[in-house]
Amino acid sequence: MSAVPAASACPACLAAPAAEALAQGPTQARLMLALPTAHCAACISDVEAAMLATPGVRTARVNLTLKRVAVDAEAAVTAESLIERLAAVGFPAHELDPDALSLTENDRQGRDLLMRLAVAGFAMMNIMLLSVAVWSGAEAATRDLFHWISAAIAFPTLAFSGQPFFRSAWASIKVRRLGMDVPISLALILASSVSLAETALGGHHAYFDAAVSLCFFLLIGRYLEYRSRAVARSAAEELAALEVPRAIRLEAEGEVVVAVAALRPGDLVLVRPGARLPADGVVEEGASELDRSLLTGETAPVAVGPGAVLSAGEVNLTGPLVLRVTAAGADSSLARMAALVAAAEGAKGRYRSLADRMARGYSPMVHLLAAGSFGAWLYLSGDLRLSVNIAAAVLIITCPCALALAVPAVVTSASGRLFRKGLLIKDGTALERLAEVDVVVFDKTGTLTLGAPVAHVPVLADATDLAIARALGEASAHPHARALAGALAARGIAPVRLDAMEEVPGKGIQARWHGQPVRLGRADWVGAKAGEMSSSHLSVAGRITDFSFADALRPGAAELVQALQGQGKRVVLLSGDQPGPVGRLAGELGIRDFHAGVSPAEKAAHVAGLVRNGAKVLMVGDGLNDTAALASAHVSISPASALDAARAASDIVLLGASLEPVADALRIARQARRRIKENFALSLGYNLLAVPVAMIGLATPLIAALAMSSSSIIVSVNSLRLK
Amino acid sequence: MEMLVILIPVSLLLGGLGLAAFVWAVRGRQYEDPSGDAARILVKDWDERPKP
Repeated sequence: MSAVPAASACPACLAAPAAEALAQGPTQARLMLALPTAHCAACISDVEAAMLATPGVRTARVNLTLKRVAVDAEAAVTAESLIERLAAVGFPAHELDPDALSLTENDRQGRDLLMRLAVAGFAMMNIMLLSVAVWSGAEAATRDLFHWISAAIAFPTLAFSGQPFFRSAWASIKVRRLGMDVPISLALILASSVSLAETALGGHHAYFDAAVSLCFFLLIGRYLEYRSRAVARSAAEELAALEVPRAIRLEAEGEVVVAVAALRPGDLVLVRPGARLPADGVVEEGASELDRSLLTGETAPVAVGPGAVLSAGEVNLTGPLVLRVTAAGADSSLARMAALVAAAEGAKGRYRSLADRMARGYSPMVHLLAAGSFGAWLYLSGDLRLSVNIAAAVLIITCPCALALAVPAVVTSASGRLFRKGLLIKDGTALERLAEVDVVVFDKTGTLTLGAPVAHVPVLADATDLAIARALGEASAHPHARALAGALAARGIAPVRLDAMEEVPGKGIQARWHGQPVRLGRADWVGAKAGEMSSSHLSVAGRITDFSFADALRPGAAELVQALQGQGKRVVLLSGDQPGPVGRLAGELGIRDFHAGVSPAEKAAHVAGLVRNGAKVLMVGDGLNDTAALASAHVSISPASALDAARAASDIVLLGASLEPVADALRIARQARRRIKENFALSLGYNLLAVPVAMIGLATPLIAALAMSSSSIIVSVNSLRLK
Repeated sequence: MEMLVILIPVSLLLGGLGLAAFVWAVRGRQYEDPSGDAARILVKDWDERPKP
């Protein structure tokens, strides 16, 4: 089991960031490559073996969790050569910027939280051990000694492990807001200092155990949250990486390789077959066909000749083109697309999660309760020490321990379940948003369909003709030719030997077979009648064979559309492709609401319009033309075969080829939201029971510890009930 | 009750040893790639001889 249909699934990964030689250290380079398809033990050894076999590579280590490989090599080794080697063993890879601080910064933050969690756990267990003795009736000197030891453990622990809470509480106080962290910090500080005072006075009650276990449970919540967030990254950053770094500029003295950034409007550039256009421009010379599917969603390659206007990011398929640059860099259509995504992300505004809304009401309440019970007890008894003790107990009991676990525990459990079904949740609130969806918008090419043409070979075709067709097809990079050769190879048809093979840009490919001319290509060039479907034609000595091509439906697409309509959701199809294929697909799937020939900006506008009218839109798309729409939707999903930019802009990534798990995702999301609400109800219910006990002064440290642990455990167990 | 004088330091020491081991593991980046480590035990590359 090696890579998923790597090369075919994502042509962009191969063609894309053909990296420049890296930041050249004097003797060595540290390269970081992303491996989107690595997923098993065999992948690890394949990749590492391929890397170590490359001359100049010193060490290579795959990180399967982050799906990337780190390579230490001599300075001469470039990312480009490594990516080629990986492509040869079936792994599409692309370069990551090892200096991108956010990556290492993220790791550091995770390690940091884990360390604090471990320290809190260690301290909690030891203090609990001592507390058990106190609860079972240790008296006088023994009790005081145990309290002192507890204090000696608790203070350094809280100072170290409580930092994340103190810091974020301080930050929210500075902007005059009451987050969840303010009551948490107050409870930690008040409980430990009151307990220290009690210990010094030889009192009966100390809350060191409660304070430390509070810290421990809260850190668990934090760590779970961090884990589910760590994968997410900014969309706009990755879009820029798609830009081809180099271009061939034609100057007076010949071809010069320059950085794309150095291109100016008016320059002449040469674009070889298989390369991506570096800038927007007009064709000066040459004829070819272009694959625009990533930019517009069109499946059929477009023939272009002198005078045609082209956009950066399109892939040149068959012949060399000389391009007069009209816009480069920040003005190119690719850069404008990135701006569109950034604008859409900015306009959407931050989603206020359930936990946020909960915290907003809860924190002032906690403070009022604690202050109220302190005031009431001071007024009634006049005993300052007793009143402070009771206020501390109220703070500890009401501290949103279960509340802080309520969301992360459910999200972690649901993400794990969805991951096993082949869905990767990048954003913690994506599940909550997914549960609210009532309109589902699909892209066509690459989303509902696989995005690669499948050849239909006529049943009655002559075997020799097919053998010639395979030989011709294998010689071209045109997607139709590739698909045809693949289909014929799958049928076990061996290619024949041809002479004088020649590709005619924009037309097709021709050769000689036993002295007779043979041609495979466009209808008018071959001399065949053009059909309604996109097709290619073969002529052998005047005999014509027609091959038609259709984009295959993605597995599970029909079932998904049916399931969604069954759940009463509105299904919309937005495609940049021609009305013909879009209408056909919509009819096949039973989608009544479809739009063809939609530009990227129109897509985003359409989605934004739905959102404005109060619809909760789920956008499913894969292309560069979908990224802005993905970013403006309420929640978005893209298949793993999608462009990086689209994957980065979406909240959920579909790892497998089938679309069917999306229906499961909606179901699990609704279930998860229900669990979250149940968890809130549980922890509020526990507060309703425990707070009066604390306020009338009956809460002992034992009761506080029991109540807190049991509510946290109940909440965690409830989260595991997801199916 | 005198045994507490021994037992408490012993329990703290043992817990501290566990904590130190954990800190060492995190520092050594052993928690960087949990799913990779789970997969790596199935790799046969160095079954015959140790990794040089």
